[in-house]
Amino acid sequence: MDKFLQLLLSGVALGGIYALVALGFVVIYKASGAFNFAQGGFVTLGAYMVYQFGTDWGLPLWLALVLVMIAMAAVGMFLERLVIRPMVGKPVFTVVLITLGLLLIIEQVVRAVWTMPGLVLNTPWGNGRSQLGGVTLRHADLWTMVAAAALLAAFFGFFRYSRTGLGMRATALDQEAAAAQGISVGRSFAVSWAVAAAVAPVAGVMLVSRGGGALSPAIGFVALAAFPAMILGGLDSAGGAVLGGVLIGLAEIMSQGYLDVSWLGSNVEVVVPYVLMVLVLLWRPEGLLGTRRVERV
Amino acid sequence: MSSAFLRRLLPSPDPTRSARPSTAGVNPLLPSAGAKVMAALTVAGVVICPLVLDDPFWITVLGNAGTFAVAALGLSLLTGFCGQVSLGHAAFLTVGGYLVAFFGAGWGWPLPAWLALAAATGAVIGALVGPFALRFKGNYLVVVTLALIFVVTHVARNWEGFTGGFDGISTNKAPLALGGLDFGDMSAFGQRLDRQQGLFYLSWILVGISALVVRNLVRSRPGRAMQAIRDRDLAAEVIGVSNARYKVAAFAISSAMASVAGATYAVGLRFITPNEPLAELFLSIRFVAIIIVGGMGTVYGAIVGALLLGPLPELVKEFVSYLDVTVPGLGRPLVSEVVAAEPLFSTSSFSEVLFGVLLVLALLFQPQGIAGLLRSLRIRRAGRALR
Repeated sequence: MDKFLQLLLSGVALGGIYALVALGFVVIYKASGAFNFAQGGFVTLGAYMVYQFGTDWGLPLWLALVLVMIAMAAVGMFLERLVIRPMVGKPVFTVVLITLGLLLIIEQVVRAVWTMPGLVLNTPWGNGRSQLGGVTLRHADLWTMVAAAALLAAFFGFFRYSRTGLGMRATALDQEAAAAQGISVGRSFAVSWAVAAAVAPVAGVMLVSRGGGALSPAIGFVALAAFPAMILGGLDSAGGAVLGGVLIGLAEIMSQGYLDVSWLGSNVEVVVPYVLMVLVLLWRPEGLLGTRRVERV
Repeated sequence: MSSAFLRRLLPSPDPTRSARPSTAGVNPLLPSAGAKVMAALTVAGVVICPLVLDDPFWITVLGNAGTFAVAALGLSLLTGFCGQVSLGHAAFLTVGGYLVAFFGAGWGWPLPAWLALAAATGAVIGALVGPFALRFKGNYLVVVTLALIFVVTHVARNWEGFTGGFDGISTNKAPLALGGLDFGDMSAFGQRLDRQQGLFYLSWILVGISALVVRNLVRSRPGRAMQAIRDRDLAAEVIGVSNARYKVAAFAISSAMASVAGATYAVGLRFITPNEPLAELFLSIRFVAIIIVGGMGTVYGAIVGALLLGPLPELVKEFVSYLDVTVPGLGRPLVSEVVAAEPLFSTSSFSEVLFGVLLVLALLFQPQGIAGLLRSLRIRRAGRALR
């Protein structure tokens, strides 16, 4: 039973990280209907920048995180202006391919700037853990869940109550109709990229601190597991991103803990998110909480 | 009304012939004199190349470009002609590589047998993925095909009896003889050719076959059906083009080509080990970059793209000394293999960056690729001739 509770806790925390990454996907998808493959690159870049501001230059973590979020928002807006805006009106597929190109570039830029291997990001909670009965609560996991919950609440508020958020929802629904209502489609795109890039360092810090603080340019890899989370939950739903994230996180951790079948091989948990995603999609193509689309001919 | 208008443009049907209009001569294999000349020059170039070029580096690079072209032709059929974007292409190359290692090098299956097996296995797996393309479109399909990469890398690492696990497996002993012709040790025009030169011929023969297959497909009924699906799949279904049939067929054929390319590429490498999923994703992106830069929806675009972009990593590695320049203001070399020199990029990272930059630039400024560039030049010249 303790093992189950332990895995449950760990899975939910991992799911929180996936949810944080997936939120970045969802916000761009909501505004432009495109997948942002570069989100994993943003996560890596954000984590390294927090290391630079916080651990290397000695700022407190919260201040470093806020500064990096602002800087990343600027990076996101800059990239949107540079390579995404010219693609407005072109097939969504080309935007997706451009973000793939960005992913290739960002990862190598991170490697170029932070050449030293074995960098460690310091967090105030470090490797701290508390004992609750038979279950060990890692403080990093706790903070991950807090951050995911806080950002999710902020997302809901933003999309439901703010003018910009409403405008972005309208843009996603129908660009032309939104423009006719006086909503700046370009501005919606810019804001969505800024928000997605700004969420990334939070996900990055949580991800790194979960692994004990060790930085590596490959941490953006986790974004690939966040894709199933987003699709599972429903592409256009922030709540779905969290639900999908937690489900994928749980499935991954549970299969790590229980699915010890020799013929499946080791590290089967890497494949589990994708298999789960495909199975759910076969049953509900729009995801668990996504909007069902009707195509007219 | 429009059909009456169209009928006036077309030659009136000959009543003595069957009701079904013949398409012979409407869309010939090589549509123009220029295309005929280019095809002849390419064939001549391929035949001569290993005979006059005895630098093993260039023979290997151009032979590998050939295997890349085979896989790129497959992706071009799937994405350029049928409109289905796949990021799982690299997975099929991996499958082909392990098949030749196990059955070719391990069991000693002859060349035609392991090539046929690679093609058949690729086609079967591709046909299994095809039905997913019926349910998922665009964005979704991209991520579903990503799942292929994860499954295949997982199998490659864990099915040790077949793949050798993390230690990898040798492909060196795979037989390369086709009847009396041994690509591993052949002679042509009185010259003895080594293994790399033989593999060059093998891979470019496969390019020729694949190009013929793709070109003949796209200029006949199935190809037109695929292009209708690409342009609007629902509308195609409504006018009677079976999405199921042609999407599955496109996946099967394209995967078979990727698997064959993977098998020949693995033989050239002599030894294969499982990739990281991320490296596999980057390889898939590389094929997307190849067909975009070359020009989607054309056959020669895929080959040109593979020739230009396929060898990039090897070229960067070979000519690293030209890129080993100090970046002003940073005091670090741009690209270097010497880690102690703290270069901005290693050779492999630099080629990834190049792929990324080329992909983005091509999509921004020349989305039709090189083929589109040539087409617009031709149209401009024709326009000037009319004036």
